[in-house]
Amino acid sequence: MQHNLAKPAIHAAALAFGLALAPASLPAQGFAGLGTDAEGFAIPQRGTALQFPADHGPHPEYRIEWWYLTATLSDADGQDYGVQWTLFRSALAPQEDEGWDSPQVWMGHAGLTTAEQHFSAERFARGGIGQAGVTADPFVAHIDDWHMTSHAEEGADALDHLQVHARGGDFSYDLEFIAEGPLVPQGDAGYSVKSPQGQASYYYSQPFYTVSGTLDLPDGPVKVTGQGWLDREWSSQPLAEDQAGWDWVSLSFDDGHRMMGFQLRGTEVFTAGTWITPDGTPTPLPDGAVQFTPLHHTRIDGRDVPTHWRIEWAEQDLSIETEPLNPNAWMDLSISYWEGPLRFDGSHSGRGYLEMTGY
Amino acid sequence: MTRIALTALMSHWVRNWLQLAMLLAGLALATALWSGVQALNSEARSAYATAESLLAEGTAERLDHPSGQIAQDRYITLRRAGWQVSPVVEGRHTLGSARVTLVGIEPLTAPQGAGPALAAQDLNAFFAGRAFAHPQTITESGAHDLDLHPSDAVPVGTVLLDIGRAQEMLDTEALSYLHLLQTQPAGMRPLDTLAPDLRRVPAGEGAELGGLTDSFHLNLTAFGLLAFAVGLFIVHSSVGLAFEQRRAMFRTLRALGLPLRTLTACLAAEMLVFALIAGVVGLVLGHLLASFLMPDVALTLRGLYGAPVPGVLQFNPIWAASGLAMTLGGAALAGAQALWRLWHLPILAPAQPRAWARASARGMRLQGGVALALAVLAIALTLGGDGLLTGFGLLAAALLAAALAVPLVLAALLRLAQRGARGPVAEWFWADSRQNMPRLSLALMALMLALAANIGVGTMVASFRATFIDWLDLRLAAELNVMPASAQEAAALHPYLSDRADAVLPMMRVDATLKGQPGQIYAMKDHASFRDNWPLIDPVPDAWDRLAAGEGVLVNEQLYRRAGLQSGADTLDLPGVGALPVLGAYADYGNPLAQAVLTLPQFQAAYPDAPVRQFAIRTSDAAGLTASLQEEFGLSSAQITDQAHARDLSMSIFERTFVITRALNVLTLSVAALALFAALVTLAGMRLAQLAPLWALGLTARRLAGLELARALVLGALTMVLALPVGLMLAQVLLSVINVQAFGWRLPLQVFPADWARLALWAMLAVLAAASLPALQLARQGPADLLRVFSRDR
Repeated sequence: MQHNLAKPAIHAAALAFGLALAPASLPAQGFAGLGTDAEGFAIPQRGTALQFPADHGPHPEYRIEWWYLTATLSDADGQDYGVQWTLFRSALAPQEDEGWDSPQVWMGHAGLTTAEQHFSAERFARGGIGQAGVTADPFVAHIDDWHMTSHAEEGADALDHLQVHARGGDFSYDLEFIAEGPLVPQGDAGYSVKSPQGQASYYYSQPFYTVSGTLDLPDGPVKVTGQGWLDREWSSQPLAEDQAGWDWVSLSFDDGHRMMGFQLRGTEVFTAGTWITPDGTPTPLPDGAVQFTPLHHTRIDGRDVPTHWRIEWAEQDLSIETEPLNPNAWMDLSISYWEGPLRFDGSHSGRGYLEMTGY
Repeated sequence: MTRIALTALMSHWVRNWLQLAMLLAGLALATALWSGVQALNSEARSAYATAESLLAEGTAERLDHPSGQIAQDRYITLRRAGWQVSPVVEGRHTLGSARVTLVGIEPLTAPQGAGPALAAQDLNAFFAGRAFAHPQTITESGAHDLDLHPSDAVPVGTVLLDIGRAQEMLDTEALSYLHLLQTQPAGMRPLDTLAPDLRRVPAGEGAELGGLTDSFHLNLTAFGLLAFAVGLFIVHSSVGLAFEQRRAMFRTLRALGLPLRTLTACLAAEMLVFALIAGVVGLVLGHLLASFLMPDVALTLRGLYGAPVPGVLQFNPIWAASGLAMTLGGAALAGAQALWRLWHLPILAPAQPRAWARASARGMRLQGGVALALAVLAIALTLGGDGLLTGFGLLAAALLAAALAVPLVLAALLRLAQRGARGPVAEWFWADSRQNMPRLSLALMALMLALAANIGVGTMVASFRATFIDWLDLRLAAELNVMPASAQEAAALHPYLSDRADAVLPMMRVDATLKGQPGQIYAMKDHASFRDNWPLIDPVPDAWDRLAAGEGVLVNEQLYRRAGLQSGADTLDLPGVGALPVLGAYADYGNPLAQAVLTLPQFQAAYPDAPVRQFAIRTSDAAGLTASLQEEFGLSSAQITDQAHARDLSMSIFERTFVITRALNVLTLSVAALALFAALVTLAGMRLAQLAPLWALGLTARRLAGLELARALVLGALTMVLALPVGLMLAQVLLSVINVQAFGWRLPLQVFPADWARLALWAMLAVLAAASLPALQLARQGPADLLRVFSRDR
């Protein structure tokens, strides 16, 4: 009982996000230029150019949005680590209001993975009162004391240089992210389709971070360096009715290429991805181009989670097998999912991050 | 054989149905009173649990500010420093036709509790203004424009809603307090440096209704137990009689070869069946009784302690089971003696009914010894004891000692009367009364207990009432009380009132922990209204002048006694002020909290943020001022209370407080009368053999019946006389020990002989009623019945 009482009343908050993350029950109404769904939320439109720095900030007229940062790290002894920092925004109504009237709800997730342990923590906040939020310029995303703050130089993109902090019950981290390449739009210039029926989101990334900083673990602080990847995505109906979850990877190849790929599991599997050259030129990968094959399942809390994958892109003779740093990287929070760092081998090798929901 | 035995045993009850009725009624009544009281207690306790689980009071610490308010940006500051806190806004609000407490929560960050769980049912709707209240509150509030949904998880009188809505309705931008979640991350700046002005209140201390109301429930339980004990007297006498009357039958059955074991088992089974029947009937009666009393109990608890108790009783199987267990236990206790005697009954013992437990000199001496020991124990508890339980222990010992002494004293008195008697009939009357004393002693002891309880509790209530009325009249010196709805309104009202009234006495307070007790600090403007009307307990010289000069504090009697303070010698630590000498104490009836009073300037210097909650106004034109306030400021009638109304309100709360006590008092007396009736009926059946010779000597049956009636009245009157000192002793203990322990105030004992006379009259009527049926039967006894006594004589 003790641990139950210790937690905040997270059911309430999870409910707010459950609305947004669960498969949408209404068909998209984005055609015919209406641009809003039945409840008045905006719908992403193909051909809309991303605007910076404005699009680094929140889009309250969309139902769901996130600032999603992951990093694959190593310490001086060669031990691997993974770090996740995420701020979710979920809107109960498509607007922003002052004070407690704000319909915006914020949720923060932080994860830290070692080979033996996986730490996670979450935070919730109402919008409008200053407890959580994002400003585009100067760029700051925060919830409670967790923050992702821009230290970019004048004239550079705000996301080029970030200071990131989060703290849980038994861990914390302070990391510096410095971008070595440009922002990369995903999908069709930032319009990322999520189902054959046309559900879509706006989606761009900064996949070229080098990272350095300190992890505070129960055994003491650890200095780490590595690579990082930021995803920015917002939408109102990211999933189709029959889609139960997704498997998503971000991969950093040893040769400097990057790749993002995901499959959405529905009645039929929908896949998409982006091949990114070291200079940041993206090539969108259409449905079916990338293939995900589970190789090995791990039993976690009564669930069978496919923690080892073969990922293939036949056109480029790419075939790799992934191995997680810690197969038990389960984010046991009010919305639970698997999120952790991996290494891959095969036709290519490198490191990356894997996220799996709906198990 | 067993079947034959059972049939034989049952045939007794068929012939003596009245006795059976007495037995069942006694058990059922005992169960009803006990279980009824327990039902009331458990209902109230579950209401306290509801109140505490709404916001996880038992598990989350609180951060609060002495002013009762925390600016909202303090919440943001603490969250942004990493502290897991959640804001709460609380305040009184008029909703439709009811005054309610609004509780505004922030469900995303709140500690787990019933409240956040309700909010989570539809978070969107909750943010948009959905509110939750107890069904009773919804009924009471009538028409209003709040989207109010019923829930038993919300205490009566509370409305749970989103913090934003609550702030709007209460017209505030501040928070009332913060919950500090049990689990916190490590490495944050400590709260001492981050928020040194916020007070950290341990989990559960903010709402310790359980602790405050303990004394009330202990009182109820004591009454329930007393009634149960009196009920058991009835059962005991019925079972004993049945045993005596069936002696011959037992011997015959044993002689026919029925094993002792089987016979005992049959008797035990008989008792069990009776207990079950009576127990179920008693539970039904108890539930009815409790349902009937529940509204008053709820009002009392709300009035006295602000405890949110619904006025409707819910059925609780645990309560029923424990009530039934009590019945079975009681029946076993009452029947044990009979079974034990059966077990030791020599098979060839004379099969004649004997007078029950013929009082041997040794038995009497033993009883006297026990009474004396208990009296000594009571005295020891008076001298050395402390605490509420000790107080009740003292009462129990003293009452039991007095009860045990009753037969001894009565026997002595009868012996005295016998010595003064002239003539054979008179001498026989007294001798025979003494002879039958042991048979009646249990019933008389029960009667004495009931009468003493009546006198004691009655005297306590009447003494309290007299003191309370005097005190209330002094306390309510202000002609008008005005409650501003907000700080802005208070600021606007103050100069307006100052121009028009003889005096404006702003009432401000902050919450504080005083000597480790939850309490409040009040501001008091130096004014004759207080100097003249507040009699002080143990004041230092010039106490009022010293208070006005800021040289000390006054404390309420509760704090003074509980903390063992001494005026002039002790100091009291006040947050933000420091230690100040205690100048004296004032009576503060009906308030469960500790209280201290500072002079107004000193208070405002220490707590500049404390809002004015009320203005007490001295004016010669209350009606005119009320009208102009309503006109110019649009104050509602709920915001203005005049003197008479305030007095009526306080008195009605006071009167309700003792409704339960009075009801239980009457019931206990009724049960005692029934016990006496049972004993007399029992006796009548056995006394025919003693009375027949007198009839043969020439006394008419009618005369004999008259003598029987007279004897009952004499014994009843003597018992009443004995009950008087015992009752006064009880009242004294209640006033000077129990009340001090339970509530924190000591009251002077006042005597009300008219009440005693009324009680004596009722007691005599009860005795008369109990004795008349057996007497009537005797008067109607035909010569044949009386003659038959001699034919059976051996």
